Amino acid sequence: MRTLEMAVGTTLPELVIPLTPTLIISTALATRDFTPVHHDVEIARAQGSQDIFLNILTTMGLMERFVTDWAGPEALIRGINVKLGVPAYAGDTLTFTGTVAERDGDIGTVDVRGTVSLGAHATGTVRFSL
Amino acid sequence: MTDLHDLAAKVIAEGEGPRLPTPSPVDRTTIRHWTEAMGDTNPRYQGPDAIAPPAMIQVWSMDGLNGRKRTRAPLDDLLDALDAAGYTGVVATNCEHIYHRPLVPGEELTSATRTTDMTGLKKTALGDGYFVTWQVTWYAQDEPVAEMIFRLLKFRPREERSPSEGRKPYPLRPAVNRDTEFFWEGARSGELRIQKCGDCGELRHPPGPVCPSCRSVKRTYAVAAGTGVVYSYVVHHNPPVPGRETPFVVAVVELPEGVRIVGNVVDCAPAEVEIGMPVRVTFREMDDELTLPLWTPGES
Repeated sequence: MRTLEMAVGTTLPELVIPLTPTLIISTALATRDFTPVHHDVEIARAQGSQDIFLNILTTMGLMERFVTDWAGPEALIRGINVKLGVPAYAGDTLTFTGTVAERDGDIGTVDVRGTVSLGAHATGTVRFSL
Repeated sequence: MTDLHDLAAKVIAEGEGPRLPTPSPVDRTTIRHWTEAMGDTNPRYQGPDAIAPPAMIQVWSMDGLNGRKRTRAPLDDLLDALDAAGYTGVVATNCEHIYHRPLVPGEELTSATRTTDMTGLKKTALGDGYFVTWQVTWYAQDEPVAEMIFRLLKFRPREERSPSEGRKPYPLRPAVNRDTEFFWEGARSGELRIQKCGDCGELRHPPGPVCPSCRSVKRTYAVAAGTGVVYSYVVHHNPPVPGRETPFVVAVVELPEGVRIVGNVVDCAPAEVEIGMPVRVTFREMDDELTLPLWTPGES
């Protein structure tokens, strides 16, 4: 049944992440990233950002989650390749969409796009094996 | 460094740096904090047979709140040189992870970094800059378990100015080419750069392709102290020069480094200028792109 669901062209269920300050800060600290722009709004604004924003380690983690939420625990993530775009600021919403791009036996690749109101935050691929 | 590409080539040639232990081993508590924060309920990351979420790989290398004493890597020299050349802006553009196998709690890792590429100068929406790529490999004992390829753009931030404040382009342009680019780049970042032979070390100005002393084409530069004395000068009254108000002073300034350089003396009346007068360099933005080194009266 899984095999059928994972055919090339299959669309993954959207993952919608409301970017609350709590989410931005707790993920930054859980990834051991203490850079102030990820938790201190005054410093972030002083550096030209509109608010605190998601760190890259979290973007990678959420892309992984997007695929395993859909593929289930049997799927093991083998690689993530991301082109980084606009910042994901607190107060915005990050929406992941994706489709299965390649399938070769137990290996699959999903094209993933994480979008915020400013545009594409992360565009890339997640590779998994079953 | 004269040439950023030369430095990049040197840093790339150094290959993989030493394998350094990551600050924390793979551990359950950090995994639990991470899965909670990410909202990731994958059962594979829980229980006695838990694996670490593969995307956590870089977490094990993070220095933490107070940082730690990190050995300076060649990559740091390259990033510092880009800062010094005015490419102070930074934005990550690409991040790739490759996981060779899952990690389990208790594993101790080391990681090693190599710089793999620098391309530029590129025009980007943020400003002109260089893309720098490096690769980190994580090891469990001698087994490579994961890799990260990371690319960032070091760019020269555009000066923010509303259209009404935009300056008119200064009508006179210097000849900027491969021989002289370092000089004008230096002026923009507040450095008076004097060309220096890469072989015999002799300073020369104005810049040119070949050392007049030893005929070497290897070029580098030194940053001058920015002081000098008026060696000679003229006061220009006529003809009118676009973009300038007459009269103005054109001086030959002798630097303590041993070369002479032509420039305007400003911030004093032309009648006050005299031979032997101590002067100090000042950098003036003539328009959005051009910064000229000028000379003001200075202490002896």
